[in-house]
Amino acid sequence: MAEKASEALLKPLARDNSIARQVLGICSALAVTSKLETTVTMCLAVIFVTAGANAAVSLVRRHLPSSIRLIVQMTIIASLVIVVDQVLRAYAFGISRQLSVFVGLIITNCIVLGRAEGYAMHHGVWLSFLDGVGNGLGYSAVLLTVGVVRELLGAGRLFGLRVLPLASDGGWYVPNGLLLLPPSAFFLIGLLIWALRTWRREQVEAEG
Amino acid sequence: MALGVCLVCSLLVSAAAVSLRPRQARNKALEQKRNILAAAGLLAAGADVEALYRTRVRPRLVELDTGQYVADADVAGFDLRRAARDPATSDPLPASEDLAGIRRRPRRAPVYLVQNGGRTEQVILPVYGLGLWSTMYGFVALDAADLNTVRGLVFYEHGETPGLGGEVDNPNWRALWPGKKVYGADGAVRLALVKGGVDPARSGSEHQVDGLSGATLTSRGVERMIHFWLGKAGFGKYLRRVAEAGV
Repeated sequence: MAEKASEALLKPLARDNSIARQVLGICSALAVTSKLETTVTMCLAVIFVTAGANAAVSLVRRHLPSSIRLIVQMTIIASLVIVVDQVLRAYAFGISRQLSVFVGLIITNCIVLGRAEGYAMHHGVWLSFLDGVGNGLGYSAVLLTVGVVRELLGAGRLFGLRVLPLASDGGWYVPNGLLLLPPSAFFLIGLLIWALRTWRREQVEAEG
Repeated sequence: MALGVCLVCSLLVSAAAVSLRPRQARNKALEQKRNILAAAGLLAAGADVEALYRTRVRPRLVELDTGQYVADADVAGFDLRRAARDPATSDPLPASEDLAGIRRRPRRAPVYLVQNGGRTEQVILPVYGLGLWSTMYGFVALDAADLNTVRGLVFYEHGETPGLGGEVDNPNWRALWPGKKVYGADGAVRLALVKGGVDPARSGSEHQVDGLSGATLTSRGVERMIHFWLGKAGFGKYLRRVAEAGV
């Protein structure tokens, strides 16, 4: 049991990472990673939603007629996302304005529904919860990596604090503006997937 | 079963919405004050918005048709959008006069007087109107001395295309506005957004601002909203009265 639990939690981190392996949830990964402040908020929101949705779906899985299961899953996910959105608007107004629609779009994040349908429908509440946390963390690991690179090299800052002195303020670092634009996240995620698959050869799909 | 899920979910959502509403409303009010200070150019990093607003900004409510202040009005509680929607506090605009694309004109609107040691320095007016996709909401700050020179402009809510029309909140573009003159010698609104860049040597350039590239319709929306709100149907009467009788 303990082994299974740790597997549910840890497997999605590197071995079966939703972004790197299944290439899900890319849209928000492009949009929110130009600054770490928004990245971390988004990561926490996604961890909360995947864990909550997985646990809730698992709880009702035996009583769910399969013809309406998707719509029930969506109802649960949407409710959790609305709660997150409301909380952010109340307690982190500035950040919620920057994240704008992307909090709401967690509803359509494939990772959340994918885990609810693919895992929570067949596993117990506790395991599903851990799987949700694990997948949220796996998503966060990729986002944070991308976010650190983008903010550090794009603006010379981390969490808004100056790390590399900019040439325009008399320092030596010339920021790469491309990294602040969404396409750079594509390049970074691509490189990350390449690195991960070089490290773990078994992730490379057979050539069709 | 599904009914139960729906019930629990709706309870959860409404509980969150209701219990967090006061906090959200407070955030919104603070944000509004921040926008007003930004239009006035008073917003420095790390400034105490609440204190700065209290000492420097005096909100008043204006009756647009007469240009008079409404005595003892609750300006903080006045909601311009609601007033513009409600048939009891607004009038439909005929299409020929509806430059800003707002359909109904509120009868009353707030103005914000920026003060410095008892003297009014700027008059800040709320403006809104249709861009390409969305209604854009903003503030225009006019110099109180001549009620003609723009001191600042800010848009705080819009749904224009990011990177094109969305550049209405680009600080570099907003920095083009201060110093521009709204009215010509005949008293008509002359301010225009032009394509291809403003040539400062040409006469009339004091009335011209660079349009946003790739955003012709958003630029036109900005221009029309300025024409509407600073014209006769908007704050024109108020501004004329203030120019004659003082703030």
